[in-house]
Amino acid sequence: MKAFALLLLLASSAFAQPPVRVGSKKFTESYVLGEIAKRTLIEANIPAEHRQGMGGTIIVWQALRGGQIDAYPEYTGTIAQEILKRSDSLGFEEMANELEKVGIGMTEPLGFNNTYALVMRRDRAQSLGIRTISDLRYHDLKIGLTHEFLDRQDGWQPLARTYRLHPRNVIGIDHALGYAALKSGEIDVKDAYSTDAKISELDLVVLNDDENFFPRYDAVFLFRFEMPAQAIAALHKLEGTIDEQKMIRLNAEAERTKDYARAASLYFGDNARSTTTESLTHKITRWTIRHLQLAGVSLLLAIIVGIPLGIFASRGGAVGQLILGFAGIVQTIPSLALLALLVPLPYFGISARTAITALFLYGLLPIVRNTATGLQDIAQPIRDSATALGLEPGARLRKIYLPIASRSILGGIKTSAVINIGTATLAALIGAGGLGEPILSGLNLNDHATILQGAIPAAILALLVQWSFDLLDRILIPKGLRL
Amino acid sequence: MSALVELVDLSKRYGEAAALQPTNLEIARGKTTVLIGPSGCGKSTLLRLIIGLTTPDGGEILFNGDKIDIDAFRRRTGYVIQEGGLFPHLTARGNVLLMSRHLGKPEQESAARLRDLCQLTRFPDALLGRYPLELSGGQRQRVSLMRALMLSPELLLFDEPLGALDPLVRAGLQRDLKEIFARLHQTVLLVTHDLAEAAYLGDNIVLMNEGRIVQQGSIVDLRENPANEFVSEFINAQRAVLFA
Ligand SMILES: Nc1ncnc2c1ncn2[C@@H]1O[C@H](COP(=O)(O)OP(=O)(O)OP(=O)(O)O)[C@@H](O)[C@H]1O
Ligand SMILES: [Mg+2]
Repeated sequence: MKAFALLLLLASSAFAQPPVRVGSKKFTESYVLGEIAKRTLIEANIPAEHRQGMGGTIIVWQALRGGQIDAYPEYTGTIAQEILKRSDSLGFEEMANELEKVGIGMTEPLGFNNTYALVMRRDRAQSLGIRTISDLRYHDLKIGLTHEFLDRQDGWQPLARTYRLHPRNVIGIDHALGYAALKSGEIDVKDAYSTDAKISELDLVVLNDDENFFPRYDAVFLFRFEMPAQAIAALHKLEGTIDEQKMIRLNAEAERTKDYARAASLYFGDNARSTTTESLTHKITRWTIRHLQLAGVSLLLAIIVGIPLGIFASRGGAVGQLILGFAGIVQTIPSLALLALLVPLPYFGISARTAITALFLYGLLPIVRNTATGLQDIAQPIRDSATALGLEPGARLRKIYLPIASRSILGGIKTSAVINIGTATLAALIGAGGLGEPILSGLNLNDHATILQGAIPAAILALLVQWSFDLLDRILIPKGLRL
Repeated sequence: MSALVELVDLSKRYGEAAALQPTNLEIARGKTTVLIGPSGCGKSTLLRLIIGLTTPDGGEILFNGDKIDIDAFRRRTGYVIQEGGLFPHLTARGNVLLMSRHLGKPEQESAARLRDLCQLTRFPDALLGRYPLELSGGQRQRVSLMRALMLSPELLLFDEPLGALDPLVRAGLQRDLKEIFARLHQTVLLVTHDLAEAAYLGDNIVLMNEGRIVQQGSIVDLRENPANEFVSEFINAQRAVLFA
């Protein structure tokens, strides 16, 4: 009972909403800009929180629309093409007017144009004599592109059409991993942002956009008009304060130190002190607690809902089939897709709530199925004896059937728990935190040490869960069934 | 008024096949009635209809001349099946005391009753803490019998209670059962495959075939005045095995 109360407490603290929530997309520059905004707000005495790396444009935009975040950094090109879905070139004023119609405000440009670009290793480009994107037409090269660039309306498809490119080898690859692949020669060309620190770090060349395909990508902040006026004013102060050189420096600092807050502090001119330095143990503890909240609350819900559903399903018939069928279908949806499906729904969006709901749905099937089969496997003579003794249906279930099925039910709960611990790492994708946070930013920075800060505790957690359930088996499964 | 239970035109079919033709039977108070007949003739079906594990298609069951309320009736009836049907997660004691605990009977009273039952069924006290899987087949049947007797039922139903036991254990239990029934003046309806067992335990032997009662009476009746060809064949077949 105490454990239950504790779980509820953890759950409610997980839902507590701090005042101004700044979001960011899943790449270094967005993280850094998010940190800068957070610090700017805090220095203006407005409590603020940064939800790091929530995913791609659509997810973060939906979060802003849905009010799960209040502001995030965006680029004018992306706003026109992806958000407003306009193929004609849109002036800055028109863009602001369109956004205003849906209750979203836009700052003036922050001062740099981070356009898309195609990049190659300098030695490779020179040996092939490639300087422009048009030059790619005469070579059959391996091209590795981010999934977002592959799908964007202003991305690969129209680019290839404009430049009449027909390469045979085009693969989708994560942005950070793509740089590693480029460095090792596994791919020849990749997409990049023109302010990527990696461009100077890896000595890459930006291919000349000789057909002027890429529109301008001036960085701005998008925000909700409902945000406090002082907060809006604080964001406006950032306008025109970051040029390309400065942004590249900030990005490079972020990649070098693996610390976004510290890179952001470079912007404020105090590169020594970081506002949010947190010891590693403290960070890992925080991630782990959050991870356990996500997995624990969702597991608890799955148990509370799954066992009754399993009891229903064990009675067979159309309803039973329907329950097992539904739970089975949920399980076949890739976890990432399930998150993506929930995010746009009202009430969900970018929140711990969404992550917990997805994990809950995932955890359901093993519990429902094991409860149902555990009950169905009870031999007829046992059922007959229970009935003939004169036990009422409820008492039969409580005193006879459920205890006999306990091994199977606990097995289902254990499976759910282990799945949830693993899947909860994906919660970081929608800014719900947990041990996925270091894994994700490590992936983003191509930094193995950071990845391990999340991966090792997650693995240990899974083992601990396994062990504690083995212990629980011994306590909860009646001795007569363990002979 | 000597019949405790009376079956009136009781019938049951599974799909097209009739498991029990409309059947009339009186189960005499304080006597042991034995159902016997070839496999599939409807013996278990008849028992299951009485205890309400299956619903009849027609006819009715009278208890002391009245229609029964099944829930109350079940608590005044004990039911023992071949493998005992003991609950594996409960100890022997837990199995026997399950119902009295469920009904909130005083523990001391129940404990005293349990001691008496152990003596009556010759079940060693020391084994009460064991789980069914830790008991022999014969011990399990004794526990099952204690569980059936715990609430002092007016009617005891047995479906081949000794079917899975080896001959020696079986003979021992037959003797004990006969003694227990006599001592308690118990009304019993017992199903068996074994004519010798029927003859030994039964005051009234009911021979069934293909879902109907072919003849009933004492073993002597059946042997001396068989109602038809089937009865004499059935009795001779078992005797032939016995004395071959
Ligand atoms: N649940 C059921 N569904 C369909 N048919 C059934 C069912 N139970 C019993 N029957 C059929 O009803 C008939 C009588 O079965 P019952 O179990 O009463 O026979 P029995 O006399 O007890 O046989 P045995 O001596 O082998 O135990 C059989 O033909 C059997 O196949
Ligand atoms: Mg039978």
